[in-house]
Amino acid sequence: MTQLHELDAASTAAAIASGEVSAVEVTQAHLDRITAVDGDVRAFLHVDTEGALAAASAVDEQRSAGAALGKLAGVPLAMKDVVVTKGLPTTSGSRILEGWVPPYDATVTRRVLDAGIVMLGKTNMDEFAMGSSTENSAYHPTHNPWDLSRVPGGSSGGSSAAVAAFEAPLSIGTDTGGSIRQPAAVTGIVGHKPTYGAVSRYGLIAFSSSLDQAGPFGRTVLDTALLHEVIAGPDPLDSTSIPQPGPDVVAAARQGARGDLAGVRVGVVRELTGAGGGYQQGVLDSFRAAVDVLAGLGAEIVEVSCPNFDYALAAYYLIAPSECSSNLARFDGVRYGLRVGDDGRHSLEEVMSLTREQGFGAEVKRRIMIGTYALSSGYYDAYYGQAQKVRTLIARDFAAAFTAVDVLVSPTSPFVAFGIGERVADPMAMYVNDLCTLPASLAGTPAISVPCGLSDETGPALPVGLQIMAPAMADDRCYRVGAAFEAAYTAANGLILDQIPQLGAVR
Amino acid sequence: MSDERPTLTRDEVAHLAQLARLAVTEEELDLFAGQLDVILGAVARIGDVAAADIPPTSHAVPLQNVFRADEVRPSLPREDILAGAPAVEDFRFRVPQILGEEE
Repeated sequence: MTQLHELDAASTAAAIASGEVSAVEVTQAHLDRITAVDGDVRAFLHVDTEGALAAASAVDEQRSAGAALGKLAGVPLAMKDVVVTKGLPTTSGSRILEGWVPPYDATVTRRVLDAGIVMLGKTNMDEFAMGSSTENSAYHPTHNPWDLSRVPGGSSGGSSAAVAAFEAPLSIGTDTGGSIRQPAAVTGIVGHKPTYGAVSRYGLIAFSSSLDQAGPFGRTVLDTALLHEVIAGPDPLDSTSIPQPGPDVVAAARQGARGDLAGVRVGVVRELTGAGGGYQQGVLDSFRAAVDVLAGLGAEIVEVSCPNFDYALAAYYLIAPSECSSNLARFDGVRYGLRVGDDGRHSLEEVMSLTREQGFGAEVKRRIMIGTYALSSGYYDAYYGQAQKVRTLIARDFAAAFTAVDVLVSPTSPFVAFGIGERVADPMAMYVNDLCTLPASLAGTPAISVPCGLSDETGPALPVGLQIMAPAMADDRCYRVGAAFEAAYTAANGLILDQIPQLGAVR
Repeated sequence: MSDERPTLTRDEVAHLAQLARLAVTEEELDLFAGQLDVILGAVARIGDVAAADIPPTSHAVPLQNVFRADEVRPSLPREDILAGAPAVEDFRFRVPQILGEEE
């Protein structure tokens, strides 16, 4: 019999709603799973056993009182530690916030809790969401459940590993340059970056404000859509939130699962399919096979060129560091977090510099300094100003492509999961992980990663992700095409996660 | 014309660190000088794009200023805010000295 922690979110919610199992039983099963495997995976920075059981018990009481429950009531979730949670430690993976307990909830947190979803704890991440491997966490690396010697992607690597390791059926991540999609791809799960502004940023610890966007992870496209529905929508507390409600992504996932893509035009992005090298062959093989599957479902496949995508990496690694150098100025050792050198002799400015020196890790310092450089007078026009113009050109490439096709596809990442420690010494080797995900980040358009195969090119069989990109506010297209692909792939090959090696004593 | 930039010197990195309020160590200066130079070299190809007439994009969605009604709303309790502060005195954030003795 399938164990409770192995059920997907939709099935779990149905079992709770029907009274087949209680929310407390479901939560306990996941807490037990965390106890059994998280010593190896290390997805969590903080597990809230007491709070989770209390929340689950509240759902059970509401149900027995006959109250109307949300679609995901009682389903457990893991929350990325960049999202503030009232009363629960929130560090953003940084020493500078060690021990900080936020006095308020992010809108995402509030919506998750109001939906009756049970928050199990906070997940590990690259410090301030800067990285593609979760190795930049100030606390510890997280291990990929497919191969514990490898990274789970990043920056939302704790959230991706938790879902892939069956520690939670759902999790929340944030994506600035690929930090939901790339970890989803390398752990064999589904992750969606919503249209910029579709999900409130209120209570997200800011990295790059014009790019940051929270989004859902799940093991199926439908589960991911169900969580998307909970967190998306206008928020008066975020002035960049889109004032209109988004499309019905759950209906789109259900429609897609019927497997008919007749009339859907799919564009294969020439610039993101490895023509210039640098992509692993196993990734390209899985991707090509996935495109054939889409064609088999009736989609019309065309090749599309987006020439300015070639400059996305350069534009991103100017814009994101520039915004981070400004956003992270708030960590001054005055109002929250660490303070170093406050001995009555050091000035405020010296205390600030000593605090930031000790509180930030190497990657955060590098990005702050790159941003400081790019924004300084004399360089501003050549770097930051030029990057913003290239951002316009990338958005125009998307706009032109979407006059000819409904969605664009590419691999999610050029590589499968790499070994822990393999790329830490070379920042550029880390940055190229984001090659395929950056264009949609810069354009603010939605994109999903759906597992599309396994590659054993670098050793054990490891997951590959298919990225499906859509125009702004057309997130439903990502879910429809993703669900159609998932249904066809699973019918032919079974669930990708069924092939994950056993962790710990039991699975 | 990709990278006509002069190499980023150790002194320039020290200056950037100072601007960014980072009391970096000597070892870090050695490490970062090389790494930042490689990163800047890679992003310098942004200059290859002919974009003189292209308007900049600061945000993916068109932004306009948003006003809310001028209504009194409860703020967070003072104790809750101060609970996270590194140093508190008389219900205020205690701050290290701002001016030197001679100023």
